[in-house]
Amino acid sequence: MKKISLLLILALLLTTFLVGCGGGGEEGDADNVIKIGVFEPLTGENGGGGQQEVDGIMYANSVKPTVMIDGVEYKVELIVSDNQSDKTMAVTAANYLIDQGVVAVIGSYGSGVSIAAGEVFADANVPAVGASCTNPQVTSANEWYFRVCFLDPFQGTVMANYAVQNGAKTAAVITQLGDDYSTGLGNFFMDAFKKLTGDDNSIVVNQTFQQNQADFNAILQNVRTANPDVIFAPSSITTAPLIIKQARALGITAKIMGGDTWENITIVENAGADAEGIVLSTFFDAGLADSSQIAKDFVEGFSAAYYTPVPAVSALGYDAYMVLLDAIERAGATDGDSIKAALNETDDVEGVTGSVTFDALGDAQKNMAVIKTVENGEFVFLQAVTVE
Amino acid sequence: MDQVTLFQNLVTGVSLGSAYALIAIGYTMVYGILRLINFAHGDIFMMAGYFTIFAVSSFGMPWYITILFVTVVTVILGVTIEKVAYRPLRESPRMSIMISAIGVSYLLVNSATYLFTGLPRAFPQLGFLQKVYHIGDVSAPIVTFITPVVTIVILFVLLYLVNFTKIGMAMRAVSKDFEAARLMGIEINKIISITFVIGCSLAAISAILYFSPRPMVFPFSGFMPGLKCFVAAVLGGIGNIPGAVIGGFIIGLAETFLVGIFPQLTGYSDAFTFVLLIVMLLFRPTGLLGEKIAEKV
Repeated sequence: MKKISLLLILALLLTTFLVGCGGGGEEGDADNVIKIGVFEPLTGENGGGGQQEVDGIMYANSVKPTVMIDGVEYKVELIVSDNQSDKTMAVTAANYLIDQGVVAVIGSYGSGVSIAAGEVFADANVPAVGASCTNPQVTSANEWYFRVCFLDPFQGTVMANYAVQNGAKTAAVITQLGDDYSTGLGNFFMDAFKKLTGDDNSIVVNQTFQQNQADFNAILQNVRTANPDVIFAPSSITTAPLIIKQARALGITAKIMGGDTWENITIVENAGADAEGIVLSTFFDAGLADSSQIAKDFVEGFSAAYYTPVPAVSALGYDAYMVLLDAIERAGATDGDSIKAALNETDDVEGVTGSVTFDALGDAQKNMAVIKTVENGEFVFLQAVTVE
Repeated sequence: MDQVTLFQNLVTGVSLGSAYALIAIGYTMVYGILRLINFAHGDIFMMAGYFTIFAVSSFGMPWYITILFVTVVTVILGVTIEKVAYRPLRESPRMSIMISAIGVSYLLVNSATYLFTGLPRAFPQLGFLQKVYHIGDVSAPIVTFITPVVTIVILFVLLYLVNFTKIGMAMRAVSKDFEAARLMGIEINKIISITFVIGCSLAAISAILYFSPRPMVFPFSGFMPGLKCFVAAVLGGIGNIPGAVIGGFIIGLAETFLVGIFPQLTGYSDAFTFVLLIVMLLFRPTGLLGEKIAEKV
């Protein structure tokens, strides 16, 4: 018995050596490869949404697998690192990417993990392009972080505007404690809502819940007592159906609204009939794609290769990849400083979700949001809101 | 707090508490017999949630067969875990078997993520369970009203089983003294398997009762309930079945009323549960109904 185990261990060791050598050999051959890190949650609370963003990036990679740097064609190799929707793991996942020698990073879905990992990328002089992380702090204190989506202050204002236009005078806000995206967006909504209604007491309930919480009856009972016109509950796709279903079971009839994370068919599948009439803001609508050739091609190509309906975060993942490759091409080099300088100069790069121009902070100047609702189990376009 | 809110919170709290109680019984029984905190218990509960989803959406079983099917499959899972991960370690130090339990817990969570993806899955409507029922202004799904009844019935069945049957007598003997029980001719392995069968079938039933009004299952679904029910078991006195039920009720009610009475503290409802645990351990380490055990020298 002992001999067999010894033999097995030896065999294993040998294979490791062989594999190791094989890997080394390949690297030696392929000079013309640049590595780009994909920093996304594949597991944990945001695993579902993160996967959709990765799919968008993978699709972009299949459309444009190479990049021309200074007249030489390089193959783009994507290295995916799972940050597990966890701020502590995010730092480990980011360090892994740096160790792998990536020249730039795309991601992440979820603002909290992006903020947590931002410093790692900055210290290593590796520029990062966020796809759907909407919290201002991702880029505000970090010159190495860029993003191709709109920001939460804008999104919060859009949703508050929509609520007030539809006659809401009071609102309840439910957010997730410790989640930068949820609390940030909730606060921006409250500020905008108070300003628009001119009433400092218009937020009648402001409650927080914990990650992975499943029972919202106690919180929702407080909401029911206060009887608001709308409920704003920016939250993950794991939490949203629970809040929606339990609110309806308690007999709450107020309109329930959320942020960009809610544009995910999982919510409709899970909340069923109770999802009817929820309102959310998002980045992109496939129905608007007719106006732009890039968007049209993307929607057709992505639907054929992956699935329909096309999630907005996949479109943003695609845009982030394309914007980054454009910058690398213009930089003509693969060092962090050159790519960062080129990213800073990104001007009017046409993308699926609109054109991208980075401002001094590294945020895309996007001023259009799409408001959608759910009708008969499908996301239906309500209006496109542009704020100058 | 007005009357409607009071009753609504009471209904929510009692129902949540009784679901917790069922899981806590699983912890407490395994501890009583093996002196093992089965950290995988919460994840077995999560797997039972997934089994229900597959029973209904993949095989289209009616609700009464689903309950039976889920119970059987969950029991098979639990007993297999005991055979593979715990039994070989029976003679090793207690710490090893506990670490093995933590390993099983991670294995289950990661297998679930791998097999069913991280996307949350909708828990199916089982028969009449999710139909919303109104009593005055208090409204809740029917399952909310059924859960406490089921828990109380199960409690009495278990008390009868443990105190008045031969198997129960063997269980008590094993929990008192492992070696002596073996010398008296009790088949230890069989008794331990039976304990796991009971614990896992309760996990399956509580999964159905817990997920019906909170209809989402994802790989981390078992984490918080598992942790809280462990606290419930300790609170009531670990190893004591009525204690686990009382602990479950206390935690369910405390959590709900904390939010109802202090709306600004909603974010702290979980923290409160654990504060409760700390206070209990400081002042009455054996729990509410736990007996004082004289340390053997």
